Amino acid sequence: MEPHASASPLSQSEFVDRYFMEHRVQVLELAAFLDRLDRARELDAEDDFRLRSLREALAILVDGGGTRVQRVQMTFSDRDTTPLPSLDRQSARGAYDPER
Amino acid sequence: MEYLDLHAHMVSRTTDDYRAMALTGCVAVTEPAFWAGYDRPGVEAFVDYFNRLVDFEPQRAAQYGIAHFTWMCLNPKEAEDRELTRRVLDVIPSYLERPNVLGIGEIGLNRVTRNELAGFKDHVDLAMEHDQLIHVHTPHLEDKWKGTKVIVDTLAADQRITPRRVMVDHAEEHTVEMILADGFWAGLTLYPVTKVGPSRAIDIIEIHGPERICVASACDWGESRPTAIPEFVLEMRRRGHPDSLIRKVVYDNPIELLSQSPKFGLPDREASVAWG
Repeated sequence: MEPHASASPLSQSEFVDRYFMEHRVQVLELAAFLDRLDRARELDAEDDFRLRSLREALAILVDGGGTRVQRVQMTFSDRDTTPLPSLDRQSARGAYDPER
Repeated sequence: MEYLDLHAHMVSRTTDDYRAMALTGCVAVTEPAFWAGYDRPGVEAFVDYFNRLVDFEPQRAAQYGIAHFTWMCLNPKEAEDRELTRRVLDVIPSYLERPNVLGIGEIGLNRVTRNELAGFKDHVDLAMEHDQLIHVHTPHLEDKWKGTKVIVDTLAADQRITPRRVMVDHAEEHTVEMILADGFWAGLTLYPVTKVGPSRAIDIIEIHGPERICVASACDWGESRPTAIPEFVLEMRRRGHPDSLIRKVVYDNPIELLSQSPKFGLPDREASVAWG
């Protein structure tokens, strides 16, 4: 399917003027979360599958490529379409665990 | 701006929410059958729930001039129990003739198990036997992509199905293209944290265009916003989009989808003298 031809009505300058502050704080929240993990009482989740996915996602943000949000979504996704033999748990956890 | 909320679990919401929705322009809601947050103990609990969807909720909505429609199913979170699924499927046909029932939904997958897929296909068969519209739930988070792919591939391979009579909901950036490519409707649910908010929903509409895309609040018993659509409208204006485009997404598109059911219609406000 061809992408829709319509671009955003806003210019880059208009985007920055209107939306910089709310995204600035999101970056700070993420930085603070990572610092908080470093200060945790016990460093017992360094290799947690969710944090591994988060680190991969952060690398995508700065690699200079496009379609960042789709690639980040796929970083968090299970790509195996084979149905599970039975229900293992009721809810998803936000990131794919290859060692589930 | 007037709007329709295609996905709102009003059984979980207060009457104050109906009032807030009416005050912000809501003219109709459609309420898919869903998981209560716990597994129901048996078919009788589903009958009680279905009765509320066809009797009590339309009356409650009408007090605020909101038309209430619903969809029937056993949701995928309870589909692991095949015997329960069969028993609930047996009672659904008696509800399909009720005036506010538009179709079968929200069927779909949760963790993408063999039994969930079997239950999904059972519901598709039921919809085809009774010539119903279909509303589809796609899984959450890391299960979203694989579940959507299994659903879309299953539906696309079924020669009985007319894609424009199927809404595949909870689409996100990595799934919307596969949904639209096969001719289905795509739903964007404006839900805090776990789905898409207004900004990302607008990105998707800018990239893919407004055809066969609807937005909804998916408000339920979790943290959610019954007025998510007016927030979307506000953000669309902030992003520089004209009201004609906004109206297409929040009003014209859902009417186009739902009007494929002969039971769908909106109140004639010019002729109304009383509500409820």
